[in-house]
Amino acid sequence: MMKNTNQSKENSTVFRQGLKDGIPIGLGYLAVSFSLGIAAKSAGLTPIQGFVVSLLCMASAGEYVGFLSIAAGAAYIEIAIATLIANARYLLMSTAMSQRMDSKLSIKHRILMAFGITDELFGIAIARPGHLNPYYSYGAFITSAFPWALGTSLGIIAGNMLPIRLVSAFSVALYGMFLAVIIPPAKKDKIIAGLIIICFATSYAATLLPILKDMTDGTRTIILTVVIASLAAILFPRETAGEETQEENT
Amino acid sequence: MTENVYVYITIMAAVTYAIRVLPLTLIRKPIKNRFIQSFLYYVPYVTLAVMTFPAILYATQIPISGALALILGVLVAWLGFDLFKVAIICCATVLIVEFFGSII
Repeated sequence: MMKNTNQSKENSTVFRQGLKDGIPIGLGYLAVSFSLGIAAKSAGLTPIQGFVVSLLCMASAGEYVGFLSIAAGAAYIEIAIATLIANARYLLMSTAMSQRMDSKLSIKHRILMAFGITDELFGIAIARPGHLNPYYSYGAFITSAFPWALGTSLGIIAGNMLPIRLVSAFSVALYGMFLAVIIPPAKKDKIIAGLIIICFATSYAATLLPILKDMTDGTRTIILTVVIASLAAILFPRETAGEETQEENT
Repeated sequence: MTENVYVYITIMAAVTYAIRVLPLTLIRKPIKNRFIQSFLYYVPYVTLAVMTFPAILYATQIPISGALALILGVLVAWLGFDLFKVAIICCATVLIVEFFGSII
């Protein structure tokens, strides 16, 4: 009985800490998801649809690829594969998180925690010592997911009311976010730095080459990702298995 | 277009959630296969890099403002600025370049 009271007190402290840590992330999300809303608008989504997609998916690159596919009238299988590829990194993060959980943690908590795996929320959760506390993740999810969803709706509503110059400026926020994810690891790892340069060059070349240039952006991204990442995995396999996914984020 | 937007949304949500929930609920041991592990490690960098360039050049009104946003974005991300600041600096670059571009 005593133990339960202590546990629930700790859970509520950790939950409040999560709420607090999610706020700066939520503010950043608000700005970035506004530009995602502009993409959603061109896919023909209503503000409510945009809100729902962002709350359910909570993924910048994944949603962006999805909106591009919707705008292009892609086949269902194409949007499924595009979403899978764009979000494949969450598979890695979820795997890393599974290694840091109390093995007795109930399936109910695991199912709920899965909603909040984003680059930033994963980063702050995994940086804490010991077993992951689900209440920390719930707190951080609440204060960051709602600005994310709200920003998407605002982008859809206000995207076409803003002067074109502002829309033009906001539309690069998403790319800025992508750069903030890929560049810092490139500084530490020359293979990643080289890989990014090769990706830029190949991606540009693919917009000019026959067959590839006629594909939708989403399909081209899938093909290039699978080919380049496979070659990189064959040519430069990662050193030790298991450890690195956790180490790089601590 | 015969495709339904709600089907699109459902597919996006289902695929995204499956990716997040399956390892968390099923995997209790580290993945041992070196190729799969390496592939998963490289995927985020490759896919984000491919989506960023050359698309950033066409997102803006004039390609030069997108190009400068890319260069400055890479620079400040390299210097360790956080996600929010990198995004804002890219936006500001486009705003300033296109403002001066229009008065010259």
